[in-house]
Amino acid sequence: MSQCCHSVHARGTGGALPLPPDFIALAGNPNAGKSLLFQRLTGAYAEVSNYPGTTLEITWGRWGSETLVDTPGVYGLSSFNPEEQVARDILLGARRVINVVNATHLERDLFLTQQLIDAGLAIVVALNMMDEAEALGLRIDVEGLSRELGVPVVPIVARTGRGVDRLAEAVSRAAPGRPTPAVIRRLGDLPPAIPRPEALLILEGDPEVAGRWGEEPRPFRDELYRARRERVEGICARVVSLPAQETWGDRLSRLLIRPFPGLPILAGLLWLTYKAVGEGVAGSLVGLLEEGLMQRYYEPLVRDLVGRLVGEESPLFRVLAGEFGVLTMTVTYVVGVILPLVAAFYLVLSILEDTGYLPRIATLLDRVMGAIGLNGKAIIPLILGLGCVTMAVITTRMLSSERERRLATYLLALAVPCSAQLGVVTLLLARAGVGSTLLYALVVLTVFVSAGLLLDALLPGEAPPLFLDLPPLRLPEPRNVLLKTWVRTRHFLTEATPLFALGALVLGVLEVTGILTAVQGWLAPLTEGWLGLPREAATAFVMGFVRRDFGAVGMSTMPLTPAQTVTALATITLFVPCIASTLVLLKERGRAEGALIWLAAVATAFLVGGLVHHSVRLGGAILGAAGAPWVTVLGCAAAVAGAAALSQAVRHRRLGAMERAPEEAAD
Amino acid sequence: MTLAEARTGEKVRIERIADPEFRLLALRMGIGEGEEVALEEVIPGGPILVRRQRQRVAVGRSLARRIRVHLVR
Repeated sequence: MSQCCHSVHARGTGGALPLPPDFIALAGNPNAGKSLLFQRLTGAYAEVSNYPGTTLEITWGRWGSETLVDTPGVYGLSSFNPEEQVARDILLGARRVINVVNATHLERDLFLTQQLIDAGLAIVVALNMMDEAEALGLRIDVEGLSRELGVPVVPIVARTGRGVDRLAEAVSRAAPGRPTPAVIRRLGDLPPAIPRPEALLILEGDPEVAGRWGEEPRPFRDELYRARRERVEGICARVVSLPAQETWGDRLSRLLIRPFPGLPILAGLLWLTYKAVGEGVAGSLVGLLEEGLMQRYYEPLVRDLVGRLVGEESPLFRVLAGEFGVLTMTVTYVVGVILPLVAAFYLVLSILEDTGYLPRIATLLDRVMGAIGLNGKAIIPLILGLGCVTMAVITTRMLSSERERRLATYLLALAVPCSAQLGVVTLLLARAGVGSTLLYALVVLTVFVSAGLLLDALLPGEAPPLFLDLPPLRLPEPRNVLLKTWVRTRHFLTEATPLFALGALVLGVLEVTGILTAVQGWLAPLTEGWLGLPREAATAFVMGFVRRDFGAVGMSTMPLTPAQTVTALATITLFVPCIASTLVLLKERGRAEGALIWLAAVATAFLVGGLVHHSVRLGGAILGAAGAPWVTVLGCAAAVAGAAALSQAVRHRRLGAMERAPEEAAD
Repeated sequence: MTLAEARTGEKVRIERIADPEFRLLALRMGIGEGEEVALEEVIPGGPILVRRQRQRVAVGRSLARRIRVHLVR
């Protein structure tokens, strides 16, 4: 029985993903340069698909006559998180493994290497970033390392391609290396029928693998980890000579994580991004493309063509080339508005990722994030959410507890606008003025913070402590940054365009059949009465169901006062996430919770939108036109203070119940 | 003393990490029990940045309070 289950599973990786049985896997720590090496080896033709049963994307491609599979970056072979489980299962099915090791971080990276060796896998070590190691003055005895480990070691620089051509030959010599002696002693504990890799994981207490073999997980994890660590330290002491010098990156790194000047630097970078993307791209490039190119040349051309084919008065003409024309509005907004904005945001995000700045932001903001029940690491999915909420919901998997994933996902679905939406919002706010921009930012931030405080109070548990690897700061590689930006932008467009076209089609049909006017009438109490917007705003909300940014686009075609603009944009920002995010939301959080988050977002959006409208009106009535926003500002302050007080109260009660358990655990 | 009580610039030996999960994660990173680490930066009220050779790890304050250390210098 266990035999059968195992063979299904070990081959399951190759079976569920369309892989041949003898594939080669890349394994390595995060930031070891695995993806760059993968690109070098396979060229541009890589295939990507979700690992079965997860939303983790696995990339594979052809390398000569071989199939090469990239695995998620992990520090060890175990099941601390979904990345590790997926990496573990792919590696269990691999014929050979190329272990990418960061030459400047041997003490850390060789732990995984030694674990792969202890698992009896046939491996080759690709000793990456040799140029950086040399620049740091690190001297590594490559032959000595190969002798100690008992496997081929190839020094490479994946960034430039140096040494990469020698990998092919080395892979043919891939061999099981010299295991940690303690592992060999303990292996006798298990029936010999269990293959070595699985046996190691069972010894190290992996419950999943043990279950597949009908074994109890063994209690030797501490012992084997310690023995392995000692062996790695010994190897490093013999093969690496280490100078104690500080680089510019080390000094800058310290400045970035200190509240001063770290916070001003962060604020400055955000301002620069706003300037570049909001004013540069949104202001000038979008204007040029949208009005200059699309509306002047493209749309008249299409209208003329479609008119000749189907007649200018026909309903089909209005669906294809009318106000919400599938061929006119869709193409104009996708090419003229969304494309430049999304590409610009992805460019900024890719640069942020590749410099190693994100984990510094996480460290800097750990204390602040603690207030809303998250640790600093959660800032990373939230920042990525500014690029694409769908992608960010998936990256919440990097968070270590279920509670944090729930909190972060809810905040992402509610109060983090994605790049497309943020772009359109920025465009409209730039027209409405600085005051409106600040008020909008205040309202959205208030909702974000209050929701975080309340959720933290409501959900049982605490923010898990931060434990975060800070990779060295580095200048991003332009080639890699551009490639990432391009891949993500392309992915976004292929996903967004059909949805937008669908939305336009639905709207076109609703308009032609007169249903749209009827819907606007039904929703008038909400749009006109509660939100104080023109009743045509209903169209924007219908669009918003398809994608949030289209909702914002819908608002852009209406003449709105600055106050109405703030109300409309705040509502549409908080409004439901786009269809793609909703699908991922349902998948990641389950149907019941996903639906709850979704409904809560709609309710919050309209509630907050109405409060903004009425408070601004009240402010206008009391303080006159100039003082109109102050009641809203006061309301925001009151909301945050109230949520904070409630969260404090709940936390005190909880702390009392636990009787300061954390301090006790230290003794 | 605990890691949370150490100051920027000090060097400590890690004596005991009570939490089993973080004990193993720390071993993987090479900052497990018995290792000497430098405190590169202690952020007031926030995380403690420990360094061993070129490896840097930000340790949250609540975890640092549960890590027993011995001052080396």
